[in-house]
Amino acid sequence: MPTPARGSSTTPGAPDAEALCDAALAGDRRALARLLTAVENRTPLAEMALRRLYPLAGRAQLVGVTGPPGAGKSTLVAALIAELRRAGRPVAVVAVDPSSPITGGAVLGDRVRMQAYAADDGVFIRSMASRGHSGGLSAATTAAAAVFDAVGFDIVLIETVGTGQSEVEVAAAADTTVVVEAPEMGDEVQAIKAGLLEVADVIVVNKGDRPGAHRTAGQLHAMLADAPRDARPGRPSPKRPEVLVTTAATGEGVAELLAAIDRHRSTVRGSDGETSRLKRAEAQVWAVLVDRLHARVRALEGAEEVPAAGLSAAIPSPRVSAAGGLLRSVASHEIDPYAAADAILARLVGDAPGSREARK
Amino acid sequence: MGGCGAAIIPGMTDRPLKVLIAKPGLDGHDRGAKVLARGLRDEGFEVVYTGLRQTPEMIVTAALQEDVDVVGLSILSGAHMTLLPRICSLLHERGMDDVLVAAGGIIPDEDVPALKEAGVAAIFGPGTTIAQVADFLRANARPRE
Ligand code: B12
Ligand SMILES: Nc1nc2c(ncn2[C@@H]2O[C@H](COP(=O)(O)OP(=O)(O)OP(=O)(O)O)[C@@H](O)[C@H]2O)c(=O)[nH]1
Ligand SMILES: [Mg+2]
Repeated sequence: MPTPARGSSTTPGAPDAEALCDAALAGDRRALARLLTAVENRTPLAEMALRRLYPLAGRAQLVGVTGPPGAGKSTLVAALIAELRRAGRPVAVVAVDPSSPITGGAVLGDRVRMQAYAADDGVFIRSMASRGHSGGLSAATTAAAAVFDAVGFDIVLIETVGTGQSEVEVAAAADTTVVVEAPEMGDEVQAIKAGLLEVADVIVVNKGDRPGAHRTAGQLHAMLADAPRDARPGRPSPKRPEVLVTTAATGEGVAELLAAIDRHRSTVRGSDGETSRLKRAEAQVWAVLVDRLHARVRALEGAEEVPAAGLSAAIPSPRVSAAGGLLRSVASHEIDPYAAADAILARLVGDAPGSREARK
Repeated sequence: MGGCGAAIIPGMTDRPLKVLIAKPGLDGHDRGAKVLARGLRDEGFEVVYTGLRQTPEMIVTAALQEDVDVVGLSILSGAHMTLLPRICSLLHERGMDDVLVAAGGIIPDEDVPALKEAGVAAIFGPGTTIAQVADFLRANARPRE
């Protein structure tokens, strides 16, 4: 089914956005939930709302919690909620589960472990499907975090399954990334994926009640101590994550974890933090740019057929429709993807930089 | 709806419908709820599963925070006549009249009229297919903005 053109209706949502923001800022949780939906769907309303809310945000602590399936991330998030509530701190959670690439559907099951806070207005839990768009995860979670931040949640926990891409994206969105591992019997440190270690600010070996947890933590300590300490030019300096053992199921070690997160945050507030804030800003702006570009390419797809002469000499057919036609030409190998991309860019901005720089 | 249709460019598909599947009360029969959750996922829905032993308050708070289009209640314990109307009235109290409520499980025919009166849009018993549920939700859930 066709999507209503998103770029075309910016004004009708305006009063809605204002009213929703007012209500959410006044503590209306349903309005907050609505704003989060808009942000997740990247609607015009979300854009207007974020223009209002973004300047109010910037104080909250964004904590990513990632790790392999079943490591105990949700249980640990629930334990962190308990710890934070004991200290009287309001806490928001964004729990991300993967979308099926085939049907687009998802089962969002992280909430199961966090349902104890139904009556507590200081806790807000929101599940999100990853929806598969590249870069979209960090954009959506960062925007959601900005909304939570603006309405007064000073810590936002973002849970996601560590599957390769998602933990990198969440690390980009978070101030502090907690990587959760759980030792099974006989599991060795090698089983812990390199990608996960690279993004970790704090490493948690969960299921501390199981045999092997402390041994795994010890091996991790040793491994991290062996890693080269000097930053190589052109590369980010290697992180020095703390390694902790928790038993999320009982809450053991969770207070220490929260302390480690807070410690990391205070270091991030200095000049190190500047880099991560810039990275996050870049990811956000980039995501919006990509979105805007998509919208304009889609608008082209709806456009009339245009003479090929208006596009590029590289296109052989006499008449080529806009983007849709170009895609068909690429599919049938009439033109190459570079020529098609340049042709689309040329139609959008009247110039295709790739055609001048890359091909000389 | 329901995320159908292949997109050439990401972001082009409609937003999937979001459904809460919850098990109210002290009812341990979760097979049906799990079958439904996975089945609806395969139909392109985003399904939030809350797990067992949910109070009406927990269910309604989850529905509110998740901003779902549908609240799906699975109940085989026999306590539906107290729990389902309570959930409907809490949804109403919290301004969620636009959320579709559907239920399933072991619910005798004679209880259906009263439950519909209370605000449950439809009730599905044993043997219901996922396709039947999916079609009903697509046809009756509030339109997305
Ligand atoms: C399997 C089963 C169990 C298993 C449950 C395993 C599990 N984890 O789910 C076990 C053995 C644990 C069990 C225990 C008990 N059971 Co039992 N159990 C059944 C049985 C045989 C099948 C249920 C089932 O899994 N069906 C398969 C699933 C896929 O079907 P379904 O749940 O009906 O869901 C379908 C539809 O109803 C619908 N649907 C369901 N939910 C929803 C929600 C929405 C939103 C929608 C749209 C659709 C929908 O779609 C689904 C797909 O078609 C039924 C009898 C029966 N024929 O239903 C008794 C039955 C439900 N159990 C019963 C009883 C009494 C018990 C016990 C109290 C027995 C006892 N004395 O020990 C305990 C209580 C357990 C507890 N803690 O609550 C009674 C309930 C009587 C009542 N409600 O008045 C039944 C009806 C048996 C009977 N005829 O007496 N049970
Ligand atoms: N023994 C033990 N089990 C735990 C602990 N923490 C979590 N579990 C169990 O581990 C299983 C998975 O826990 P979750 O919290 O759902 O794990 P998760 O990492 O969020 O899982 P996904 O979101 O599915 O990737 C559950 O059965 C938990 O009860 C712990 O500290 N000790
Ligand atoms: Mg989880």
